[in-house]
Amino acid sequence: MLEESETAAAVEVRPTAEGTRRRRGRVEALLLSSWRRPFLAMALLIIVVVSVMAIVPQLFTDIDPRDCDLSLSRLGPSPGHPFGFDMQGCDYFSNVVYGARTSMLVGVLVAGLTFVIALVAGSLAGYYGGLIDTVISRAADIVLGVPVMIASLVILYQFKSRGVGTIVFVLVLFTWAGTMRYLRGTVLQVKQLEYVQAARILGVGRLRILSRHVLPNAITPLIVMSTLSVGAGMTAEAGFSILGVGIKLPAFSWGLQIAAASSDGNWQIAPLLMLFPALMLALTTLAFVVLGENLRDALDPRSS
Amino acid sequence: MLRYATRRILLMIPTLIGSTFLVFLLVFLVPGDPVLALAGDKRLSESSIRAIREQYNLDDPFLVQYFKWLGNVLHGDFGFDFNNNSVTDLIASAFPYTMALALSAFCLKLVIGVLIGVWAGLREGRAPDKFNLFFTIFFLAVPGFIIAYLAQYVFGIKLHWLPISGVRQGFPIAFVMPAMVLALETASPLARLTRTSLVDVMRADFIVTAHAKGASPGRVVWRHALRNAFLPVVTYLGLSLASLLGGSVLIETIFNLPGLGGTLSDAITLQQGPVVVGVSVFLLLFFLLSSLIVDLLYPLIDPRVRHA
Repeated sequence: MLEESETAAAVEVRPTAEGTRRRRGRVEALLLSSWRRPFLAMALLIIVVVSVMAIVPQLFTDIDPRDCDLSLSRLGPSPGHPFGFDMQGCDYFSNVVYGARTSMLVGVLVAGLTFVIALVAGSLAGYYGGLIDTVISRAADIVLGVPVMIASLVILYQFKSRGVGTIVFVLVLFTWAGTMRYLRGTVLQVKQLEYVQAARILGVGRLRILSRHVLPNAITPLIVMSTLSVGAGMTAEAGFSILGVGIKLPAFSWGLQIAAASSDGNWQIAPLLMLFPALMLALTTLAFVVLGENLRDALDPRSS
Repeated sequence: MLRYATRRILLMIPTLIGSTFLVFLLVFLVPGDPVLALAGDKRLSESSIRAIREQYNLDDPFLVQYFKWLGNVLHGDFGFDFNNNSVTDLIASAFPYTMALALSAFCLKLVIGVLIGVWAGLREGRAPDKFNLFFTIFFLAVPGFIIAYLAQYVFGIKLHWLPISGVRQGFPIAFVMPAMVLALETASPLARLTRTSLVDVMRADFIVTAHAKGASPGRVVWRHALRNAFLPVVTYLGLSLASLLGGSVLIETIFNLPGLGGTLSDAITLQQGPVVVGVSVFLLLFFLLSSLIVDLLYPLIDPRVRHA
């Protein structure tokens, strides 16, 4: 999140109409006012906590998630073991904590890569037009014509060793097009504005016009879409695990834990095994959507 | 109209070829022997390996393989699984369940999404609008499968109102929970779009005119506003088929319905590669065909497209 607000730092929302209003100002104002917006504050808190959990899980638990004792299988919560034990008798709290990394990594990588690809391909297609535009837009048509879940599934099935990279690759392959098309449309619009024409007449180079004048004004919806897509990536990762084409064991992920809890109706006997990873996943995806919605409102020039 | 239809049909061809080619490329060009990839960890007999090489024409050059395979698929021949059952028969027996689920979910989603959207749109900024915001954010963010497990737990295990899974109780009963979950999962964008569209239309000049000419509020909403507000909604409904089909794979798996999604996840567990590829490609083609039909019906609703 920090990175996004920083890339947005030097740019203006709509120089033609509101020359002085800077995007960073808007994001800062949003973050500063978060104490007055309980939902946003909660969302930011969740994102920070889960991010720390993903980076240094040791901060949250001293127990090794692979230190298991079958005799403890499915025991309920007890002091020192707030989430109880899973089927294999491993401490479930540390398992869930260690699962944060995979889920966050998939979500953030999918969002980040989609952002970069959409930015490059979208601005090339929108600004240069011609053959580049035709190639990129037709490729996007093909990808958009396919249901993501089904196409990803059949491809993932073919990979024998599936890790974070595999999942991210397949998801990005089928999600870049929507964002790209959106950016391309915005670039086409912005390109026509007077100040861009003026820059061109002044003899500013194409690349400079694109990077300094066009993109800063087209990037806002992209930031919002990327924030929203973090949760979508995490959801998809877990969905693949339930279907049996997700990340392979012995990795830790909320998706794998939900899948393990759901297989053979285990969770009907031990519902807590389903509850904890599902709750973490739901809270995190909810947090990213709430953040995205707030960013959209804050960055939308019409809203002020 | 004819020109529009021809154009739309011609535009589908690159998408059809492109998407099937992409799947074919990634399925059959993964490093290693594609036969072994299809089989997963399973050991195959000499004769099955030969049968698969034959079925996918693996001894031909790559492009020839692809076009032979595409030709078979378009003729409704999806090959055979490792037990020599026809994948086409499998699809035919599973298809009604998926249709029953998708159509009931579609109707429920239509009612839920449009009702909430219209209610919120007519009361902009007031309580129904806030409710709409909470509703859409919640169901947009929380994964559908979590809602599915929750529904199973509450209505199946605790309250005993509905069967937890399976289709033993037949059409309406067994499909209530899965269809409802699928509908809620996909109703958010619909509710949102309806609301935004209606809010925009209600601010238009012709609505003011209608009010000024003394039309009753009900008449203004029903005859003037909704008709115009629904245009983008109808477009979206057509596009939303993908999320319904994709979502139904997971929902069928969780609720143990023997539809295409259930067949697909069973095939993954049993490592029946030809079934995985066959059913997915069928779903893909089915999706392309339904979006084509939706697009061809669109001019009936929007005269601007008809005369373009």
